[in-house]
Amino acid sequence: MSKETNSGVPTDSEVILGILNNSENVLKRLYLAYFPMILQLVINNNGSTDDAKDIYQEAIIVLYNKVKTGDFELSSKLKTYIYSICRRLWLKRLTQMNRYGGDIKDFQEFLVVDDETEKNNERDIQFNKMGSALQQLGEPCKTIIEDFYINNKSMQEICEEFGYTNADNAKTQKYKCLQRLKKLFFQQK
Amino acid sequence: MSENNELTESIERYLNGEMTKAERAQFEELRAKDASVNTKVAEHKHFINLVKQYGERLELEMRLDAIHDEIDVHTLEEEMMIHPSFIVRMWRNHHSKISVAASIAIFAVLSTLFFTGYLNNKNANYGPLKGKIDQLERDQNNLKNKVNNLPVQRPQMTNPGNFRGTGFAISTNGYIVTDNHVILHADSVYVQAADGKSYRTKVVYTEPVNDIAVLEITDPSFKPLAPLPYTFKKTETDLGEGVFTIGYPKDNIVLGSGLLTSSTGDRGDTTQYQISALLDYGHSGGPLLDSKGNIIGIINGKQTRVAGAAFAVKTSYLLKAIKDIPADSLNKPLNANGKNILAGLARPQQIKKLENYVFMVRVYNQ
Repeated sequence: MSKETNSGVPTDSEVILGILNNSENVLKRLYLAYFPMILQLVINNNGSTDDAKDIYQEAIIVLYNKVKTGDFELSSKLKTYIYSICRRLWLKRLTQMNRYGGDIKDFQEFLVVDDETEKNNERDIQFNKMGSALQQLGEPCKTIIEDFYINNKSMQEICEEFGYTNADNAKTQKYKCLQRLKKLFFQQK
Repeated sequence: MSENNELTESIERYLNGEMTKAERAQFEELRAKDASVNTKVAEHKHFINLVKQYGERLELEMRLDAIHDEIDVHTLEEEMMIHPSFIVRMWRNHHSKISVAASIAIFAVLSTLFFTGYLNNKNANYGPLKGKIDQLERDQNNLKNKVNNLPVQRPQMTNPGNFRGTGFAISTNGYIVTDNHVILHADSVYVQAADGKSYRTKVVYTEPVNDIAVLEITDPSFKPLAPLPYTFKKTETDLGEGVFTIGYPKDNIVLGSGLLTSSTGDRGDTTQYQISALLDYGHSGGPLLDSKGNIIGIINGKQTRVAGAAFAVKTSYLLKAIKDIPADSLNKPLNANGKNILAGLARPQQIKKLENYVFMVRVYNQ
């Protein structure tokens, strides 16, 4: 990649490739490119800068996951797509907060997006459950689970880190922890 | 417990592809045989995926937050905000200060009003008005008192300015007698005949004691009168005699008539008669005649306290005054002789004859 494309607004295909390749640079450029647009939308429609941040990140995550799972089809400009998703999310948020006056100031053209955000919502609920289950799990289980399953550390590393005398002990501990996590997770409504 | 762990480990190893070929075949056989094992495999796979995804999500969020932290949101916000009008911005930025300032201002105004008693005394506005009314009342009373206490005007009218009285001829060549008070302080005296002609006169003699003045018409346009139709009665007239006079209290000649009611005048003045006649001030200087057309006096004044009482100077004093005029004051002979042609005539005819010898006396002073 040339230096010029390392900064500034990434092209739409660049973004998709970048997400698939876990490119930190592309993600950053994507984020910086369209945040002002969304900030403008939110703060001029009864929102704060924090609202804008939440909404925008949610939209980026939706995009990110869609690209990652491979079911993303770019039918319009990426800019319009992001704006449309954010607009939809913000309208929903405003309605929930009873702040929606039936009128929204628009700054971009937008598409009517179908409820892709719903799917995302379900996943968010699962993630929230997982988060609180992990919190309740407590240490050292939380770190062991995170290290092994999320950070992909080997049992050997974990063993050293926590000072287990042998890997078998650590393994036993890990299974116990996993067992408890499952229990905590499914207990939640 | 350990069995369970072993199974979980097997599942993990199976899913991660860590099993040997033989182990794998054996495990798949177990899955096929035991449905619960199969379910467990699926469950475990799903759950571990969820954990991994959760981790990924956390990581992604952290990355996004990190990127977000690099943005100067505040500056951007300023830029992106649709700027409302100056006043709205002022309000948004300074509303607390403005509110405080406004509160202080309102408080100051209210407390000022309170302490100056403006709020308490609702009648404050009415006070001065009432005062004014009181003052007006007082003024009016003062005025009334002044009017009531004005010195009672003497029957002799010394009204300055354009003063009007009556006079009558005592000779055919232009000598006219009137009251002294009529021409008092006069700059110039004119007489106006019944036909409207006006003549300039000169005061040739005054006798203030008896209130008699003699004028001489000096106007060259004056033509001598016909012989006097009346005579001057020298003796005193008796009470009860019907008397009349004509004079000029207004622009037209006015008749006043009555009876001779007293041989003395005001406060027992023996130079005057008292008569009962409704006279006005302008009658002053007019002739008083008895029913036979003899001049018996000169109208002089009236009693202000008693309606219908007037006074006239007796003719004897007039004749005396005529006699007393210094000879060198007269430019022509004063011949006060007339021939009574009025006797026996009805009153309207008498008046008609008399008219031409009775003059309106106009007095001008500065």
